[in-house]
Amino acid sequence: MITKPETKFDLEAIRNEFPILNQKVNGQDLVYFDNAATSQKPKKVIQAIQDYYQNINANIHRGVHKLSQLATDAYEASRKTLQEHLNARFAHEIIFTTGASQGVNLVARAWGGKFLKSGDIILVSGMEHHSNIVPWQIIAQEKGAEVLPIPILESGELDLEAFHELLKKNPVLVAVNHVSNALGTINPVKEIIKLSHEKGALVLVDGAQSLPHMKIDVQDLNADFYVVSGHKAYGPTGSGALYGKEDLLKEMNPYMGGGEMISEVKFSGSTWADLPHKFEAGTPHIEGGIVLGKAIDWMNEIGLEEISRHENELLIYAQSKLNELEGFRPIGQAKNKASVLSFLMEGVHPYDLGMILDQLGIAVRTGHHCAQPVMDSYKIPGTIRASFAVYNTKAEIDRFVQGVQQACEMLR
Amino acid sequence: MESIQEIQEEIVDDFALFEDWMGKYNHLIDLGKDLPEIDDAYKTDDHLIKGCQSRVWLHADMKGEKIHFSADSDAIITKGIISLLIRPLNHRSPDEILNADMGFVDEIGLKEHLSPTRANGLVSMIKQMKTYALAFKAKSL
Ligand SMILES: Cc1ncc(COP(=O)(O)O)c(C=O)c1O
Repeated sequence: MITKPETKFDLEAIRNEFPILNQKVNGQDLVYFDNAATSQKPKKVIQAIQDYYQNINANIHRGVHKLSQLATDAYEASRKTLQEHLNARFAHEIIFTTGASQGVNLVARAWGGKFLKSGDIILVSGMEHHSNIVPWQIIAQEKGAEVLPIPILESGELDLEAFHELLKKNPVLVAVNHVSNALGTINPVKEIIKLSHEKGALVLVDGAQSLPHMKIDVQDLNADFYVVSGHKAYGPTGSGALYGKEDLLKEMNPYMGGGEMISEVKFSGSTWADLPHKFEAGTPHIEGGIVLGKAIDWMNEIGLEEISRHENELLIYAQSKLNELEGFRPIGQAKNKASVLSFLMEGVHPYDLGMILDQLGIAVRTGHHCAQPVMDSYKIPGTIRASFAVYNTKAEIDRFVQGVQQACEMLR
Repeated sequence: MESIQEIQEEIVDDFALFEDWMGKYNHLIDLGKDLPEIDDAYKTDDHLIKGCQSRVWLHADMKGEKIHFSADSDAIITKGIISLLIRPLNHRSPDEILNADMGFVDEIGLKEHLSPTRANGLVSMIKQMKTYALAFKAKSL
């Protein structure tokens, strides 16, 4: 259990942890609202990267020497941090990856490669990031399996009735995100998992967008696979993890061959190492793995409840302010939302708006957000997306809303 | 008719009148609004330029010895940028277009304002115009 420190939520102190925020862009104070793409990193994380290379850099799991042991211990300690944070039963159910994309690809290849058969059905929600669509399409094509979308409603929520119907086709696997990067929707994954299991389907949850915003409990959810990404949760790029249930991971093929993942190598045939090493061939992103644990510690020091309370306040504030502007059209208004605000301004192309905001020092994302099927279901080419992190402020939202207004005046 | 270079110099001079980015962008937006409309028949997928984040359609016709360009985009700033490129290159021979140095765009101080994806789009647009010129040249040989 992580005991919550006594300190209260101190936004200024939190902002001071992020040196990058303290700069001018195009002559104006930076407002960083592209957190769903990647978050900024606190000093503790930046420092931990430097500490690793200054003090303990060595290859892990190999050397008998001191540095290798220190690096190995730090790496395994981070695995333990992830295990506790996600509430996995065992540390060896945590596989380090380079991010959410690799997590999905690993399962598609190592599970799908072994178990998918011709005619099998995989259900993929209609609000997935391309990372949780394309790997399934690739393996399905190889195996003669079929990928079917779970439709979404105008509200930006999954169409659960349609999902019920689709389950009657007896899919073998359901892939769904916990939080949508394009719409902010928090999906009812616990319910989806329960319903899927009743039909014998496994469920992979894409937690790329949930890790930075909410407490995750893979046992309570009863998820079979859960992938997370470090760089969206205050950690380094190229870091991430796959959680998988022990028995599933044990049955799966290896993903990559190479050093560290073997038990014995002979030309007559090789045998695989135990979990988690079976899936961790080659020298990993050691410092990334170690520092991902530090990023999680950092979030827990503030407290995920505090983080999501603050972000939710920002979301509500931004939405109410934008609502006052003419032609504001929010895209995705699920009842349960994380701090992602996707929208359009009538008569203005998102890209033009993004360009003007950039001139004003405000960073947002424009386009389809790697979720083209979402845009297709709304029949729009893309949106403007502002996504908030724990260090953002209402004053920044004021500047953003003012910027949107100014841009619309220029562009209309 | 003015030379390609003369028109480019004019464009650079026009932009120099604006001191801040707002003026430059407003000018670009005005140019975008003034861009002659493209025939709807050419707003098809095979006229789309790859590498732009907004959709850009470009069409070229050969009229006598000269190439005539028309283009459109769903984003207005992009339209303004297209207009900058079309103005010097319109109604020129394939050789003139192929030999044109389009470095003037840098002098406007636009590229530094353009995000890398947008700058890529700019390069794609120029490349596509030159590709048309090359195709017409090959046909006429
Ligand atoms: C919902 C979702 N899934 C997957 C990804 C891909 O994550 P990564 O960059 O860690 O591969 C992203 C990132 O954009 C995302 O938002």
